[in-house]
Amino acid sequence: MSLAKRIIPCLDVDNGRVVKGVQFVDIRDAGDPVEVARRYDREGADEITFLDITATSGNRDTIIHVVEQVADEVFIPLTVGGGIRELDDIRRMLNAGADKVGINSAAVFRPEFVREAAEKFGSQCIVVAIDAKKVSKESEPDRWEIFTHGGRELTGIDAVEWAIKMVDYGAGEILLTSMDRDGTKIGFDLALTRAISDAVIVPVIASGGVGNLDHLADGVIEGKADAVLAASIFHFAEYTIEQAKKKMQDRGIEVRL
Amino acid sequence: MSSVAVIDYGMGNLHSIEKALQHASPEVDVQMVSNVEAIQQADRVVFPGVGAIRDCMLALDDSGLSAVIREVVQTKPFLGICLGMQALLTDSEENDKTSCLDIFKGQVIHFSKHMVDSQGERLKIPHMGWNQVSQKPHPLWAGIPQNSRFYFVHSYYAKPDDEIDTVATTEYPNEFTSALAKDNVFAVQFHPEKSQAVGLQLLKNFLSWDGQQA
Repeated sequence: MSLAKRIIPCLDVDNGRVVKGVQFVDIRDAGDPVEVARRYDREGADEITFLDITATSGNRDTIIHVVEQVADEVFIPLTVGGGIRELDDIRRMLNAGADKVGINSAAVFRPEFVREAAEKFGSQCIVVAIDAKKVSKESEPDRWEIFTHGGRELTGIDAVEWAIKMVDYGAGEILLTSMDRDGTKIGFDLALTRAISDAVIVPVIASGGVGNLDHLADGVIEGKADAVLAASIFHFAEYTIEQAKKKMQDRGIEVRL
Repeated sequence: MSSVAVIDYGMGNLHSIEKALQHASPEVDVQMVSNVEAIQQADRVVFPGVGAIRDCMLALDDSGLSAVIREVVQTKPFLGICLGMQALLTDSEENDKTSCLDIFKGQVIHFSKHMVDSQGERLKIPHMGWNQVSQKPHPLWAGIPQNSRFYFVHSYYAKPDDEIDTVATTEYPNEFTSALAKDNVFAVQFHPEKSQAVGLQLLKNFLSWDGQQA
């Protein structure tokens, strides 16, 4: 009997539609985030994360409607990230039915924002998303820095130190994405995951690079992640969440079945 | 039509609990309320809450809701959730010791920062995610398999003085009280509104509960 490690499917949503392609035979409209969320809930997802990648701020209300509709019928924790810059953004997401919000660039620009958000809404709903990239050379000890703007801009901030600082400021959870691995399908950056997970007391969600189910288990066993997040392996119906849980269980990980 | 009042005192987002109650029993009138009369008039009361205990107690005292909670816990089916469970104890270690409602004798204490699991892995705080709930007999567990997993997120937990008040325990890594009950009051540390089918079943059971222990 113990706490289960979590599997979290992530939906990238642009203007209210799931992008990066979703293919399920039993879904009428695979671009509809509400239908996809419903499907993941049925398969046993432990939480669902929506990443709003809508470029124009005028269209941000669409993600609110998505969250409202999902929250009306899916009773597991929902996280929304992307474009969270002000306390009012957080309030609107929570009022729409989100349980947590992911803060990324806004934390880098103004770390105090994380403190204000945690004080106002409680640490339990503040997830700080960290995009990290390896900057050390082969011969040097591992070192990662955080990136903003989807990995285009190097900040010079050490990723492990940043994670510690964000938890100190009130982050209740860290969503850690390896920019080196994102989209590669060769597995998580396990050294990075482990370095961050060992450094902070709060749960760490590993993200970026999942290509098969063993990668998920590796993230927990070797990376010491408390939860694992993946998008494409679930979207393309390569694997179901149920299969992912069985694989984790086979490898000795406690899961919710 | 029976009614349930969800106490809205500014501590966190009530959207999920409102929707989950409606989903669990569509025939029940679910009301988000912040005034004393509406709470007194409802057939059942849900007391949710997230955040810090001192803010919670200040909000309850400022709004005059402490008194009505003390009143309705004597008379009608009452469900405390998360911080709404912790607030029912005598006091909490959080925020340099905070006096609470003292409906259950006992303390609310912080998880140790040096916990490890059976494999020696460090356990994180908050205790976040799906953990098993070991039930003791109570009508609100009807239709919910023993040791079902519910969704938790908390760093403090209730330690009642009287063992008889505990109606469920969970391990992290030591056993702690994850549900309390006495007469017509039931309180849970986890979030039934975020615990999928088993959570909805618990809410459904509450919405038809007559407040008796058996």
